[in-house]
Amino acid sequence: MTALRDAFLSALVALGLFAPLVGLVTTSGDHGLTLTARPIATAVVVGLVFFGRLLTLSWRGRSRREATAANRAFAERITRAGKYITPVLLSAAIALPLTGSRYYIDLGTLVLTYIMLGWGLNIVVGLAGLLDLGYVAFYAVGAYSYALLATTFGLGFWVCLPLAGILAACWGVMLGFPVLRLRGDYLAIVTLAFGEIIRIVLNNWVSLTNGPNGISGIPRPTLFGLAFSMDGGPGTFGDFFNIEPQVIQRIIFLYYVILGLALLTNWVSLRLRRLPLGRAWEALREDEVACRSLGINVRNTKLTAFGIGALFGGFAGAFFATRQAFISPESFTFMESATVLAIVVLGGLGSQLGVALAAIVMIGGLEALRDFLSFLGDQMDSPVFAGIASELPQYRVLIFGLALVVMMVLRPRGLVSGRTPSVALTKVKEIAPDLVAEGRG
Amino acid sequence: MAYALQQLINGVTLGMIYGLIAVGYTMVYGIIGMINFAHGDVFMVGSFLSLIALLGLSALGITSVPLALALTLLFAAGIAALYGWTIERVAYRPLRGSFRLAPLISAIGMSITLQNFVQVSQGARVKPIEAVIPGGIQIMDQGGFAVQLSWMQIAIVVITLVILGLFTWLVTKTPLGRTMRACEQDLKMASLLGIDTDRTISVTFVIGAALAAVAGFMFLLYYGVIDFYIGFIAGIKAFTAAVLGGIGSLPGAVLGGLLIGLIEVFWSAYFSVEYKDVAAFSILIIVLIFMPTGLLGRAEVEKV
Repeated sequence: MTALRDAFLSALVALGLFAPLVGLVTTSGDHGLTLTARPIATAVVVGLVFFGRLLTLSWRGRSRREATAANRAFAERITRAGKYITPVLLSAAIALPLTGSRYYIDLGTLVLTYIMLGWGLNIVVGLAGLLDLGYVAFYAVGAYSYALLATTFGLGFWVCLPLAGILAACWGVMLGFPVLRLRGDYLAIVTLAFGEIIRIVLNNWVSLTNGPNGISGIPRPTLFGLAFSMDGGPGTFGDFFNIEPQVIQRIIFLYYVILGLALLTNWVSLRLRRLPLGRAWEALREDEVACRSLGINVRNTKLTAFGIGALFGGFAGAFFATRQAFISPESFTFMESATVLAIVVLGGLGSQLGVALAAIVMIGGLEALRDFLSFLGDQMDSPVFAGIASELPQYRVLIFGLALVVMMVLRPRGLVSGRTPSVALTKVKEIAPDLVAEGRG
Repeated sequence: MAYALQQLINGVTLGMIYGLIAVGYTMVYGIIGMINFAHGDVFMVGSFLSLIALLGLSALGITSVPLALALTLLFAAGIAALYGWTIERVAYRPLRGSFRLAPLISAIGMSITLQNFVQVSQGARVKPIEAVIPGGIQIMDQGGFAVQLSWMQIAIVVITLVILGLFTWLVTKTPLGRTMRACEQDLKMASLLGIDTDRTISVTFVIGAALAAVAGFMFLLYYGVIDFYIGFIAGIKAFTAAVLGGIGSLPGAVLGGLLIGLIEVFWSAYFSVEYKDVAAFSILIIVLIFMPTGLLGRAEVEKV
């Protein structure tokens, strides 16, 4: 009964919140803006809140101990399943181009780009505990480095890739220096401001970056010097292997390039975690003051985290530029940083597998859901499903935002992570969220 | 001279808007020590609520401008306060005592949610309105350059000063203000002494959101055009203002807002319009590095 009353109050609040903004929509008419009422949409949203509240109340009715135990069991099950999930995912990733469908390979490339960005940011946020809201800046530096080097000096992708990474890493260290003394939340705002500054400069420095029009005609990568050109002249991929040149060959090649880059990121961060440096990162995440008093060089530890995180952001940026063949500042907004951060947080700060799963669900899953709905709409000739399918992309970011909030409220340490230290002296002890009162970021 | 005077007038007007938003940031930071990242978006929501209220009132046939403005202001502040209360209740309260980054990440999620909620529900296009209070007075004319002081600017400055006066009275003279100040000094001690800290924190969010909505209302009147993205940039600038003035200090927030408004306007007038946001962001970085306590703030001692 109290649950019903509570849900009713929630619905009342929701009515207050949503009646003006959902119920009344401003549309441009002939005489400026006019208001149109949308009572059904409002009723739907308020109803959702009512039943959502009822559900959460009945869920929360369980005792706290029970809930904690369930959480533990869930985390353990995931960790155990992780042993099987990793090889399955990896073989699926390697085998994906066999489907031969251009759509799936393109989607796979996109998801892998985000997985790589997520793993790169994971070093900074998940391992070292430095909340970086301007990660897209390094992505942009990498992309623009490759684009400018390639279009101005005619350098190839494989020469520029390390250069783009190193340049991004330099920017990472440059950003890291002034913000060394800042604590978690101030650091977040400063990195965010830094990301915005980079974007504004890219937008306005027209003589170098061509401003909002962007850089086009960025060359594609080659396979040991074999270009993937469609005319099939001497020295191209098709000519060398004596096969008909097709667009799909280049797309599959790009897919394997990003798969390799992502796996490299994963391998490097897994190795780094075992080094003293990686352990220092994890210690820094847990308590900076304790770190300093134990003689860890906090400055170098933070700078290397920024630098290595930025390095992989730069690699991903260079890949993005070569894949799109066109870049403009529009691709490097704060939304991009927030998306990558959402992937890292949802995956569980610090968990490699979690990041991959989160990227697959958030980037690939929504895409798949949209396809499924539009397929349903076609099959059943129902405009409802088709309508939802065409509207779904706009809700993607909304879902990201809500997922961030819900995730923090329900499982602040992420879906997969139990914050198990990478290296332990005797027995691995889990640091569960309910055991940690307050860490320092 | 005349040009500089005009910029001064514009800068003060803009600074008032930033100052009102900055008060919300600084109050929340003072009490629970978190950056309410979604505050800029509450400002944006307030702006949209004002737009909807203005359109609704004109559709209802209320033509008296002062009455329409007063009703709009009340409506926007009221609903935005409800937003502030809900955000605190849903996204921040469950995280109290969690690890440090958790409320911040939740706040970022809330900010994204609000932005996209308005984008989806109201459309991504910019929303222009006609000037509600047209006209103004000409202060001086120098070599063909007329310095204009519009009624709108006067209204903005007057409304801000009245609201800030009310707010100061609330914080310094009422029992509610006393509990707020107590929580700001020491949250744990305040709760030991029988202050309902949860309620005080809620009230802080409600007041902050209402002030942000007033700022959003004036932003709509001043610029006459809004979209779902205004909260992001305005929010960062207002946060810069709060940091510049010394985070946690209420007069500091208003002072910082004025300074940021003046800097932005003079920078656009004398250097470049394109880089005005870079100027504001650079100030944020420089202040945080060299003067983390701001102009009127207190140094924070980190205890282990």
